Amino acid sequence: MSLAKRIIPCLDVDNGRVVKGVKFVDIRDAGDPVEIARRYDREGADEITFLDITATHDNRDTIVHVVEQVASEVFIPLTVGGGIRTLDDIRRMLNAGADKVGINSAAVFNPEFVREAAERFGSQCIVVAIDAKKVSAENESSVWEIFTHGGRKGTGINAVEWAKKMVTFGAGEILLTSMDRDGTRVGFDLPLTRAISAAVSVPVIASGGVGNLDHLAAGIIDGKADAVLAASIFHFAEYTIQQAKEHMKARGIEVRL
Amino acid sequence: MSSVAVIDYGMGNLHSIAKALQHAVPDVEVQITADADTIRAADRVVFPGVGAIRDCMQALIQSGLAEVIKEISETKPLLGICLGMQALLTMSEENADTQCLDILPGKVVRFADALVDGNGNALKIPHMGWNQVQQCSHPLWADIPQQSRFYFVHSYYAQPDDAAMIAATTDYPDAFACALARNNIFAVQFHPEKSQAVGLQLLKNFLHWDGQI
Repeated sequence: MSLAKRIIPCLDVDNGRVVKGVKFVDIRDAGDPVEIARRYDREGADEITFLDITATHDNRDTIVHVVEQVASEVFIPLTVGGGIRTLDDIRRMLNAGADKVGINSAAVFNPEFVREAAERFGSQCIVVAIDAKKVSAENESSVWEIFTHGGRKGTGINAVEWAKKMVTFGAGEILLTSMDRDGTRVGFDLPLTRAISAAVSVPVIASGGVGNLDHLAAGIIDGKADAVLAASIFHFAEYTIQQAKEHMKARGIEVRL
Repeated sequence: MSSVAVIDYGMGNLHSIAKALQHAVPDVEVQITADADTIRAADRVVFPGVGAIRDCMQALIQSGLAEVIKEISETKPLLGICLGMQALLTMSEENADTQCLDILPGKVVRFADALVDGNGNALKIPHMGWNQVQQCSHPLWADIPQQSRFYFVHSYYAQPDDAAMIAATTDYPDAFACALARNNIFAVQFHPEKSQAVGLQLLKNFLHWDGQI
């Protein structure tokens, strides 16, 4: 008996609707976030992550209402990421019923923000989201760099070093997305996942590239991730969370069924 | 209608626990409160908490709620959750040894570094996620299957002086006390408010509990 590996469906929410893009273009509408969150809860999701991709500040209250509604009927951990830049943003999300917040570009622009957030609200609710891209050539040893702006802008920051630094600043968990794989459905970047997981003491969530259930299992077995995150394979009902868990169990992974 | 007070001392978000209590038993009056008289008047009391123990104890002492909790711990059903459980013990190793409420004799210690599971994989700290709970006999486990999984997130755990207080254990990788019980007190390291059906059942059992074992 031991700790279960987690399956975390992710809802990309734009103006109150769940959408999913392929490599950040071709946004497809996948439905009402509250409805979808309810379904994932029934199917046995271990947590749910909301990524707010609403571009305009004025419409950002929408995600607060979504979280409030979900939190009043879904009793599993909820994480909200996207546009978290101030302690007040965090407070608003926690008050709405989120258990954790994902901090991404705000950490890159001001690492001290992560420290302040962890001191104020506790590391248990601070997830640092890392968007990484491989920058080394095929014949070189692998190097990944942090990218911002949906994978368009490089920062020159080494992803493994960054993950370690974020943990010393108080990150309680790392959400690792391969920008090379995000939306491609060819599977996680396993060497990247392994490198980050080995480098930090806190749990690592693998993200970016899941196209089938074997990819989820590989993220745990080969990537050494503690949790796996996926969006599109669940939204369009290709697979249920239950099927994903049964598949992982058949591969010898401890899951909550 | 019976009432339950959720103690608000500024440590973390209490809406989740309040919503879960209300969902577990719709006809109970749930009050999130820092008021000593409201807490004293409630039929049952929930003592939650997240964050660091030093801040928690400072907030409890400054607000005077430490004394109220000590009083309640002798009189009515009390449910400690996560940091609320740890604060009930004598002291915690966190923040260079912090004196706690000393209601349940024992201490709070950190998971060792470099722990590995049965397959030789490194175990992460915090212990985060759904883990199995091995129950000892207690009314609060009614209708909850043995070895059910509850949601945990913590780096420290309780070591009670008297093993008879252990109401459940969890392995990470060794067994630790994830629930403690004594008379009218029940305390859990995991988050029942985030543990879906089994968590709601535990809250429901608490809201129907008379404090007797």
